[in-house]
Amino acid sequence: MEEQTYRRSRRHARGDFLERMFRDLLEAMELSAHAERLAARAGFLQGLDPRIKILGLLSLALTAVLVKSLAPLAGLLGFAILLASGSHLGIVGLARRVWLPVLLLTGMIATPALFLVPGDAIARVPLLDWTITRQGARSAAFLIGRAATTASFASLLVLTTPWPHVLKALRSLRVPLVVIVILGMTYRYIFVLLGTAVSMLEAQRSRLLGPLSGREQRRLAAASTVILLDKALHLSTEVHLAMIARGYRGEVHLLDDFCARASDWIVLAGFLAVAAVALGLR
Amino acid sequence: MEARDAPTPGTPAYELSDVHYSYRDIPALQGLSLRIPAGERIALLGANGSGKSTLLRLLDALYFPDRGRVLAFGEVLSELHLREEAVAHAFRRRVGLVFQDTDVQLFNPTVFDELAFGPLHLGWDTGKIRQCVEAMLAEFSIGALAQRSPHRLSGGEKRRVALASVLITRPQVLLLDEPTSDLDPPSRSQIVDFLANCRGTGRTLVTATHDLGIVAEIADSCIVLQSGRLVAYGPPAEILGNEALLRSSGLLHRC
Repeated sequence: MEEQTYRRSRRHARGDFLERMFRDLLEAMELSAHAERLAARAGFLQGLDPRIKILGLLSLALTAVLVKSLAPLAGLLGFAILLASGSHLGIVGLARRVWLPVLLLTGMIATPALFLVPGDAIARVPLLDWTITRQGARSAAFLIGRAATTASFASLLVLTTPWPHVLKALRSLRVPLVVIVILGMTYRYIFVLLGTAVSMLEAQRSRLLGPLSGREQRRLAAASTVILLDKALHLSTEVHLAMIARGYRGEVHLLDDFCARASDWIVLAGFLAVAAVALGLR
Repeated sequence: MEARDAPTPGTPAYELSDVHYSYRDIPALQGLSLRIPAGERIALLGANGSGKSTLLRLLDALYFPDRGRVLAFGEVLSELHLREEAVAHAFRRRVGLVFQDTDVQLFNPTVFDELAFGPLHLGWDTGKIRQCVEAMLAEFSIGALAQRSPHRLSGGEKRRVALASVLITRPQVLLLDEPTSDLDPPSRSQIVDFLANCRGTGRTLVTATHDLGIVAEIADSCIVLQSGRLVAYGPPAEILGNEALLRSSGLLHRC
């Protein structure tokens, strides 16, 4: 239903402020639903114990930060692509959602390094007469490569693991309970509030008789934000009462119900071996 | 499912005397006095803002009266008293509240965790918790939802999960705030059947509702509230047959 509404709203998009806000909210909800569908698919990473997956992918991401040459970094990125394809994640989607934003963001940061890092000149920018150095290009490639590789491993984790399992796995890896509870509650209620925001915007749109000026739209959006914040505050009070009603007294307890199999440990050993090889390569 | 530690019949589950409660300056309950016998199924009737939800929260010791006294199982229900862990645990095990808004009630990442939350916080053994959660999932036919996030469930599924999450501790008193609101007919029937089947189980049931169509099935007695005051208390047939009372308390449309 939400998807249909989303597609319809995209077709009729007028590009105004409220419309864009509405589309963004629905897109956020759709992205999350998509991630949950991917995590529920049968695939290599989906079948692993979440704790093993976190340890394995974290060690690979850490290796990407520590490697000293570009070849092992490229190898790690290739390994991430291999894992993504073995987990039926869709390389195009990964490129669009992970690599492209990383390239744009870190590309902006890395570009000055091309010219500012002193070293051997390999090219010259026409008109500007700026020199691109070998060392500068290497630094930029490192920055972009490391960001893309670590983001890939992080995405592999969140796209192949239901969020509640990520939280439980983090807890069993001794991440403080308060952090886990805050993350869990945030994840749970962000969707309730997103749903409320979408309903509010829909209600506003249904009562508009004509197009609003940009200023009026921004004022309406600001008023909606205030109402949403008020609702969020009310919701948090109610949730706290609901927790007390079921025995909560300031300390949260969780059930840890994972059980790693021999195959999980073998995969972890494989991940660590890949990390060791990457670190050993020069 | 029978209530645990059912008291001897005739012992009141609750006694309220001259209870007042206000939200800042807005009075919600004004001098409410009533007695809820243990094992009885009560329907709490009244228009919006009549004080039904506030009363349920007082009965669940989430709110405490500004004035007056609430006795639960013969003990005074006070904030100070509930600060003692043993008292709080004993009370929370005996009383369960199902909130009107299931999004408030279901705050855990998965349905399984939702059901386990109460027992975990009441200090149950983890083996027993797993066993009880599995049993409740089967009893409420929600086993397939165990690893789902509550926000992805339908209204009827959410309501069943909310009910199961409270019933897992087998409370002696079950408080329900508008349990059939926003439900489709099949989901509504399931909830009504469950409440109807609670007759004779020893469990005290207090259901706040303005759905008059279900009252005869789910209640042995009705309490009618109007502007925070008790205006009637009696068997469903008597209350539902009093058209003037229902009109004056906002439960029937004035034509």
